[in-house]
Amino acid sequence: MTATATNGPASCPGCLSAPAARAEVPLPDAQLALSLPTIHCQACISKVENSLTAHAGVRAARVNLTRKRVMIDAAPGVTAQELADLVMAAGFEAHELDLGALSQTQTDAASRDILMRLAVAGFAAMNVMLLSVAVWSGATDATRDMFHWISAAITLPALAFSAQPFFRNAWAALRAGRLNMDVPITLAIVLAVVTSLWETGLSGKHAYFDAALTLVFFLLAGRWLDSRARSAARSAAEELTALEVPRAFRIQNGETSEIAVSALRLGDHVLVRPGARAPVDGVVIDGTSEVDRSALTGEAMPVMRTVGDPMSTGEVNLTGPLTLEATAVGTDTSLHQLAALVAVAESGRSRYTSLADRAAKLYAPGVHILSALAFLGWLLWSGDMRVSLNIAAAVLIITCPCALGLAVPAVTTAASGRLFRKGLLIKNATALERLAEVDTVVFDKTGTVTLGMPRATNWHDLTQDQQSLAYALARGSSHPLAQAIVTAAQDDDTAEIALSNLTEQPGFGTQAHYADRPVRLGRPEWIGALVETDGLCTALDTGEGAPIILRFEDRPRPGAADLMAALKRQGMRVILLSGDRQAPVAQTAAHLGMPDFAAEMLPADKVAFVQRLTDEGQRVLMIGDGLNDTGALAAAHVSISPAQALDAARAASDIVLLGQDLMPVADAVATARLATKRIRENFQIATVYNIVAVPLAVAGLATPLIAALAMSTSSLTVSVNALRIRGRG
Amino acid sequence: MNVLAYLIPISLILGGLGLAGFLYTLRSRQYEDPEGDSRRILSDEWDDKPKSD
Repeated sequence: MTATATNGPASCPGCLSAPAARAEVPLPDAQLALSLPTIHCQACISKVENSLTAHAGVRAARVNLTRKRVMIDAAPGVTAQELADLVMAAGFEAHELDLGALSQTQTDAASRDILMRLAVAGFAAMNVMLLSVAVWSGATDATRDMFHWISAAITLPALAFSAQPFFRNAWAALRAGRLNMDVPITLAIVLAVVTSLWETGLSGKHAYFDAALTLVFFLLAGRWLDSRARSAARSAAEELTALEVPRAFRIQNGETSEIAVSALRLGDHVLVRPGARAPVDGVVIDGTSEVDRSALTGEAMPVMRTVGDPMSTGEVNLTGPLTLEATAVGTDTSLHQLAALVAVAESGRSRYTSLADRAAKLYAPGVHILSALAFLGWLLWSGDMRVSLNIAAAVLIITCPCALGLAVPAVTTAASGRLFRKGLLIKNATALERLAEVDTVVFDKTGTVTLGMPRATNWHDLTQDQQSLAYALARGSSHPLAQAIVTAAQDDDTAEIALSNLTEQPGFGTQAHYADRPVRLGRPEWIGALVETDGLCTALDTGEGAPIILRFEDRPRPGAADLMAALKRQGMRVILLSGDRQAPVAQTAAHLGMPDFAAEMLPADKVAFVQRLTDEGQRVLMIGDGLNDTGALAAAHVSISPAQALDAARAASDIVLLGQDLMPVADAVATARLATKRIRENFQIATVYNIVAVPLAVAGLATPLIAALAMSTSSLTVSVNALRIRGRG
Repeated sequence: MNVLAYLIPISLILGGLGLAGFLYTLRSRQYEDPEGDSRRILSDEWDDKPKSD
């Protein structure tokens, strides 16, 4: 897929992020990408491809089912939106992807490079093994020497190519004065090849060419599994980023033009349409509207904004168009400053050393010391340099961490594959291990345990006529509370009535005339109704009698209550933190059965809360979606955010939840614990194998046959043990 | 033992052909969409090679 980066307009990320510029300059061919989250079968592939190629401007379309996306070669004038509409018409969900953000993920050249080295090592190992079988079954003298020389001729170039990653890593570590897993590997390979060549030259009995090759083969297999698990997570995570095409509307000399957010400058006038996020920090210079700040503060209730009021990046404009004068753009915005804070908090977490690293730290010096002792011991006892060196090489080969190198990647690949099928994306390599240690789970409220979509609670207390009137008025607005009324009315099949002069007063509500009397739906203050509680509510003025108050509550996400029960069964402490006001938080907490909760938390309070729990020795899992959670997400031991979360929150978290349902979180904790258990088991298997094999090697009994057998057995055992994770659940 | 003079080069050449074949499939990006490829086989529409995307 590197072709995207080399030909077509995709070679220039600037062209992609600046669609306005692309329209001015005619380009030969446009590369477009759509994300297709619901596609799953052969029929889907054909339907999508056929519906796209039926469009006159489409030259070619190819669905990639693994990545759930379609790449399209289209004529210059064709927009991604019209193609997405075509696919939607064919019955599939489709979203435009930002190719500029995507192209980095497409070059998974590293993974292919390892696969190529793996193939060469496998080929050479098989052939040398064939020759070795002849030697083991009794070839002698000239025949044996010839087989050894042929083996050497295959091994040397094959190793020179396929073992390069180990040589490079070991050299880098040694230059920095450190020891890593690759140092004993490199030493074993080099020593095995050198002593084998020497032995072959003196027409000796034993040569370890096959052992060196199988060692490299198994270790490369581990590296490949590792890179595959990570590239799947990385590409999906960046696809989430690519879904947000960064565009803004700039007003210049009375004309509105669509430009890339990165092209905005301080003092520019920016139009924020209803339903859009503010692309910059700014001051409102025109318009009145209601603004949803839930992503930043956790408040579920929209806030009024009019001329002179500030608006921050990431806030969603709800009812009327607003014009902002930019006061901070790009990296100066509040959103970016939060992201910078997150980077600082994250550096603390990267100090976590994985189980594999801890094992390697013990292992690498141990192996070297053992091998050196074997060499010295035999040299003192027998005085024969050749025998001693042979035994030292045998010790290094037989202890070499085939099983150790495979143990962790095989388990994490199996575990993250299983979680991916359940809708969880593991972004960080050590996230599973950290998740297994969690004993406290902290939830954000709005958008995390609730959907952020309110539902009318007293809808059925209204009379038929009042319902019809509210329905008709609500259809004139895209405000979330109005949409909740529309949903409730459509669920009930409420009769429709006709209104005249329906208008929306941005920031207040909608008004119209019904049977020659004015009717209104909107803010209680606007209508003149008295509200005693501070819950979500709106008022309906029917033109006769007192206004009617409609109350709303946020719905919990599907699976939220089950998740709390499941987590408590696993012995976890669950806590609800929210920036919202006391009453709705208490209501949600009671509904979900969470005794611990705290309301009106500022972002800094949340971080402090998580920090305090950590200082008390608890391992915290933070689940949140808003900007106000990013600090806490980064401060927690491990963190999860839903896919609908803001980019900054997703970037700060280790795991992304792809679906609406929260229940997979309980599975994730269980799978993580299982995976850690398997990794430990694998280390135990490797240790047991070493306890058996090392004395043999030190005693000088490890022939190449025993080394090959022992190495393959331990590698296969840990791989099979890792695959047991897949089967369950 | 003369047979070895044929068999060893032959086994190496055959193995090498397999390796070359694998490297060819790898370079022509045939492992980009394993799930889609396993399902495309069921399609009646003829589809000769993966599009370079």
